[in-house]
Amino acid sequence: MVSARRRHAPRSTIRHPGNGAATMKPAFSVIFLTTLIGAGQGLFLAYYSAEWLVMLNMLQPAGSDYTTLAASISFLLLVAGLLASFFHLGHPERAWRAAAMWRTSWLSREVIALPAAMATVFAYAVIRYFGLDLQVLTLGRIPVSLSTLVGFMAMLAIIALFVCTAMIYASLKFLRQWHSPLTVLNFFLMGMASGFTLATVLAVATSAGPFGYFSAMAVFLTLAALMSRLFSLSRNLNLRSPSTLQSAIGVHHPTIRQMAQGAMGGSFNTRAFMHTYGAGVVRLGRRFFLISGFVLPLLLLFFSEADSLLVCAAALLLQFLGLLAERWYFFIEAEHPQNVYYQMIS
Amino acid sequence: MTQLALVIDLNTCVGCHACVTSCKEWNTSGDAGPMVDRNPYGAEPTGTFFNRVQTFEVGEFPDTQTIHFPKSCLHCEDPPCVPVCPTGASYKRPEDGIVLVDYDKCIGCEYCSWACPYGAREIDEQQKVMKKCTLCVDRLYDESLPEAERKPVCVLSCPTSARIYGDIHDPESDASRAINAAGGYQLMPEWGTQPANHYLPRRKVSIAVHEEDLQRVDNPLRKEDRGQRAPTTRTTLDDSTSW
Repeated sequence: MVSARRRHAPRSTIRHPGNGAATMKPAFSVIFLTTLIGAGQGLFLAYYSAEWLVMLNMLQPAGSDYTTLAASISFLLLVAGLLASFFHLGHPERAWRAAAMWRTSWLSREVIALPAAMATVFAYAVIRYFGLDLQVLTLGRIPVSLSTLVGFMAMLAIIALFVCTAMIYASLKFLRQWHSPLTVLNFFLMGMASGFTLATVLAVATSAGPFGYFSAMAVFLTLAALMSRLFSLSRNLNLRSPSTLQSAIGVHHPTIRQMAQGAMGGSFNTRAFMHTYGAGVVRLGRRFFLISGFVLPLLLLFFSEADSLLVCAAALLLQFLGLLAERWYFFIEAEHPQNVYYQMIS
Repeated sequence: MTQLALVIDLNTCVGCHACVTSCKEWNTSGDAGPMVDRNPYGAEPTGTFFNRVQTFEVGEFPDTQTIHFPKSCLHCEDPPCVPVCPTGASYKRPEDGIVLVDYDKCIGCEYCSWACPYGAREIDEQQKVMKKCTLCVDRLYDESLPEAERKPVCVLSCPTSARIYGDIHDPESDASRAINAAGGYQLMPEWGTQPANHYLPRRKVSIAVHEEDLQRVDNPLRKEDRGQRAPTTRTTLDDSTSW
């Protein structure tokens, strides 16, 4: 029973085959896509930003250079994300078509930005590995090499990819929990945080690279991501869809009860937009992602030393698991207005 | 510009599901191939449907009304599902405003279904492409059909004529006249999607019934007056209205 005063059906009364809450069902291929490429993007930007800081004499060059290795790992993470995304498609063999509608579709734009980021990061790694690093121009008194220039293009592609990936969700105005600039900020900060954590682990494992810079940035970005995510959590807490059963069927009576949804065995509508997790699991998931994705890595990174590989690796593992849970919760959080039509089978 | 659409009269719909079954029958037999139909006779039948009838109870017992609510793609004038499609498989035809999916271009990413607030799109679990109401576009222009049958099959099958098909941009069409006459409205107007399909609200129906409508005063077969002639001195309604 939905009353006009209570603008939206209370979750506990919503009944459907899944017996869960009426929200978006987490798409696991998309969860892996966004977390893997986020870490890859952040990792590249960590090493590339360190390169600039060294060039500008703001950072001491530390030992041998593992930027090629970092760029390769970044490339592999982007590839892994791309592979994960194929599992989301009904027809992966037609995926090439997805670049067509870049004028209107953020998904199409992501389909262009991801290969662009992959190609430039790959080119960067190849130039570094084979030592094809010619000096191409000078900025003031700073010599700029070919890899720095290609890296700059990679950086632009990576930032564009962050925006495109997040805007896929943020542009859907019906999903009010996603339709916010906070979605873009969250995707960016979480990708950067996990990338810098990975860079910290890499710096410790290779005993090279600016450990202090990476770990400090990882702490800062994880803290920033935590604050931004808490802000969006509190924003979503009291968010209610303007769609009610009244506006959905156009009958303006305070008491409307669904008697039949037109399908006995469920439908795409009940399978795609409703998850099957109980309220306890959802609460647990939220606590887990806040603690494992943010709080624990924050503490571990804060107290880590340049030789504490185990501590940093634990921080990375916990953070990645936490961010997977965060992306899972991101789906659970979003309420689709179509669910108003699917509250009772019969 | 033409905008073909359906106008569904909730005042006359009796919830018989004839539109649902005829829709499935027509569209599962079409060029696009069969639509999923799992456990059709089992306990939990499920599958792809372009049109469904839902039922709602309005009010509190004993003052309740049952509303049967047919639901299909509304062919929005500003369809949110179209711009999000990465391949261009979802499109709105400029010539008649029908929103269609090109099943050969669809990659099955389901993004359009996320963008539709009405839940009008369904993935076909066998063909792995997004499907939805086509407004029977394969009937509307088929010159091998008699002209009267060049309509969506749900409209033809409705036994109570609760479904009206027409161009809502043409003020003289049946659909526009029905919208104007009965206060046709759009679903979820708060999203600004401007659905082309309209619904006609439940209306209070009252008929003035006069005594003369039920019983002719000068009925020669009146049992009460059997054997007697009806009085001829009084002017009856029939004297003034019969011809």
